[in-house]
Amino acid sequence: MTASGFLSQLLQLAVALALAPLLVGWVNQCRAWLQNRGAPPLLLPYRTIHKLFSKDAVVAHGASPLFRLTPYVVFGAMCCAAAIVPSLATDLPFARAADAIALVGLFALARMFIALAAMDVGTAFGSLGARREMFVGFLAEPALLMVLFTASLISGSTSLPTIVETLAHRELGIYPSLAFAGVAFTMVSLAENARIPVDNPATHLELTMIHEAMVLEYSARHLALLEWAAALKLFNYSCIGLALFLPAGIAEGSDWLGMAAAAPLLVAKLAAGGFALALIETLSAKLRIFRAPEFLGTAFMLAVLAMLVHLLLES
Amino acid sequence: MRLASLGLTPARLASNLPGVRAEATASQLLLAGRAAADDGARLLGLWASDGRDRGRGLCVHVLLIGTEGLVLLEHALPADGRFPSLAALFPAAGRMERAAYDLAGAASDQDDRRGWLRHAAWPASWFPLRRDATSDAPAAPAEPASEDYAFVRVEGDGVHEIPVGPVHAGIIEPGHFRFQVVGEKVLRLEERLGYVHKGIEKRFEAFAVTDGGRLAGRVSGDSTVAYATAYARAAETAAGTPVPPRAQWLRALALERERIANHLGDLGALGNDGGFAFGLAQFSRLREDVLRANLAAFGHRLAMDFVVPGGVARDLDAQQLAALALQSQALAGEVATLRDIYDEHAGLQDRFRDCGRVEPALARRLGLAGLAGRASGQAFDLRCDFPEAPYDELQVRKAAREEGDVAARAAVRFDEVLEALRLVRAIADRLPPTDLTGSVRVPLAALPPHRPGVGVVEGWRGAVTVALEAGPGGSIRRCHPQDVSWANWPVLEHAVIGNIVPDFPLINKSFNLTYSGHDL
Repeated sequence: MTASGFLSQLLQLAVALALAPLLVGWVNQCRAWLQNRGAPPLLLPYRTIHKLFSKDAVVAHGASPLFRLTPYVVFGAMCCAAAIVPSLATDLPFARAADAIALVGLFALARMFIALAAMDVGTAFGSLGARREMFVGFLAEPALLMVLFTASLISGSTSLPTIVETLAHRELGIYPSLAFAGVAFTMVSLAENARIPVDNPATHLELTMIHEAMVLEYSARHLALLEWAAALKLFNYSCIGLALFLPAGIAEGSDWLGMAAAAPLLVAKLAAGGFALALIETLSAKLRIFRAPEFLGTAFMLAVLAMLVHLLLES
Repeated sequence: MRLASLGLTPARLASNLPGVRAEATASQLLLAGRAAADDGARLLGLWASDGRDRGRGLCVHVLLIGTEGLVLLEHALPADGRFPSLAALFPAAGRMERAAYDLAGAASDQDDRRGWLRHAAWPASWFPLRRDATSDAPAAPAEPASEDYAFVRVEGDGVHEIPVGPVHAGIIEPGHFRFQVVGEKVLRLEERLGYVHKGIEKRFEAFAVTDGGRLAGRVSGDSTVAYATAYARAAETAAGTPVPPRAQWLRALALERERIANHLGDLGALGNDGGFAFGLAQFSRLREDVLRANLAAFGHRLAMDFVVPGGVARDLDAQQLAALALQSQALAGEVATLRDIYDEHAGLQDRFRDCGRVEPALARRLGLAGLAGRASGQAFDLRCDFPEAPYDELQVRKAAREEGDVAARAAVRFDEVLEALRLVRAIADRLPPTDLTGSVRVPLAALPPHRPGVGVVEGWRGAVTVALEAGPGGSIRRCHPQDVSWANWPVLEHAVIGNIVPDFPLINKSFNLTYSGHDL
């Protein structure tokens, strides 16, 4: 590992940690504008996290150590994921330790812990949320894997930096398979990040919640970490999407000049992606929960189609 | 109704609707109830009063409404006796009877002896509405408040319970819902209400008849005009005071605007509960416009204290009326546009259709009433069935659907908003001029003591009933407000059966029943 590689790794992790709440704030702002409402401040998520860190934590009676441990595990998993997704440059020494399949595993690990913690305190809502989360998760994960496989087949590697290098720095090639994969990935991202139409991040109705129901019992620093982790997850998914489908501009290796140029481009891409997310959320209603399999089944089918298209047309 | 054939001697009931009242023995009460149920009459209210100081014992009052109007049956209980339960004929009577016992100690012979409004806040042997309960409630013995409430449980493989409330994740009124579910499917829902019991009926006794309207207008804030009007009509008809025609029209104006504001709020909330926040933002904006115009016209955003016994508190000038008419015109266009958006939104319609369905046959059997009833084929609307001025001149179009699902309840709301907007314009257009005195309020004549007056008004949820009995010297002896929610809360339990848990908030919102007006 070179020094510049180490620095590039640290820088990208820091960018993820710093920008993730901003992305959430931006999406909330766009959504408010699209609904003709006055928007909350852009920096509100930072203030919320700061506020939560300065409060005293209340933990339910009978909560096991697993309940206290979970926020750290989830936050750690999201940090690891952020460390292997190229956002500014492809020189990520850490990415050699984990490829795209391990990335899905990291998300699954976080999901596993948060669902176990939700059931740990024994409230009805926690179990309800955990049950629904696993229900959504087991359908979303295969679709996500299929999308990543398609990209891997094109680039001949499951390592995300290699995929980006192949897709971004090859002579102009048209990959119809990626169009299918892109739609599938968008659908999976909506489900995985607890957005409308699968879940509603803004709801106050405890009976309809998925993600929110699982974190109902958390407070203070634990909740701050979970909120931050949720923001990081959205950031990670956005960066995976950008890396696979819009990789132009990501610096190759640890080209510092390229990274300086990639930073504003990343912000612009995330802003556009955040607006698109807000637009989707504004235009759709929430699905009845048993429509989620149809929704994610469609995503899986599109991902399979992407792979078939690649095998038939592009190889 | 064939009251005379049952040996009853009906007398005219002082009410804004045609009606009779009759004293009934226990067997006559049951027979009259059965005859009424056979004729398709519906239960409007059931309450108890204490007549022991007048040598009559505890009294049960049953108010029914049929095609010919109201029937008020009064049954005096023998000492330590029970009255026959009407729950088998009118399922909604069950909870009313339990409340009558909690508050006045008049016990029915039904099997369900669980408390309904009493949550161990006062001892079980103390009854706040009895005449001798003059002091504050004695301290309740240390017993768990509601933990010992025996919910009906469903046993079986994979069945579990979800308790929800009374404290919710959002800022809404308190109520407890106990779900028995298997997976996401609801097998049974049982409600537990009474958390916002404020002792309103007892509080009425401290008011003079002329002032009680202010309290009536605060029973349920979202229906303040309906309650104040029902109270005023009860007092006016009991006193025999005729109301200036212009005041009657102005009351209808305020009532229709209350209907518009609440329906707009509900339509937005229905969209929001379906995950369509755009709808909430748009309808909230329209509702806010209505409330601000109310402030300008009636002096209060909800038109609270606008309706008073004897008339209305203030007159509206031509300019204010024109502004309201103009706003109605603009709103009608916007509501029609939003209706198109709702109707053509596939995702929203998928949530609304077939959700929380109450078939017309079930609705009839359970006595589903008001707006929710009209969505399930129970096409009753007091403004059309027993039109009082000014509705007799306005030809209200009744909104009615047969489907009985959330979509139907939304559609009835849309129909009624548009109709109410038309009515506002018609009222503003044709409002009769003031009489020679130029007053829209006349003094209320003295009420004869112990002669009940009943006011029934079609509020936005359905019928709002106020029964008023004056004591000597213009005091209130007993005042009982009854909301249509008493009839509809039990039906909500049925509407949810077979649906999935995450659809409950949507179904609940489509009924949007009152807690405050129910818990009293």
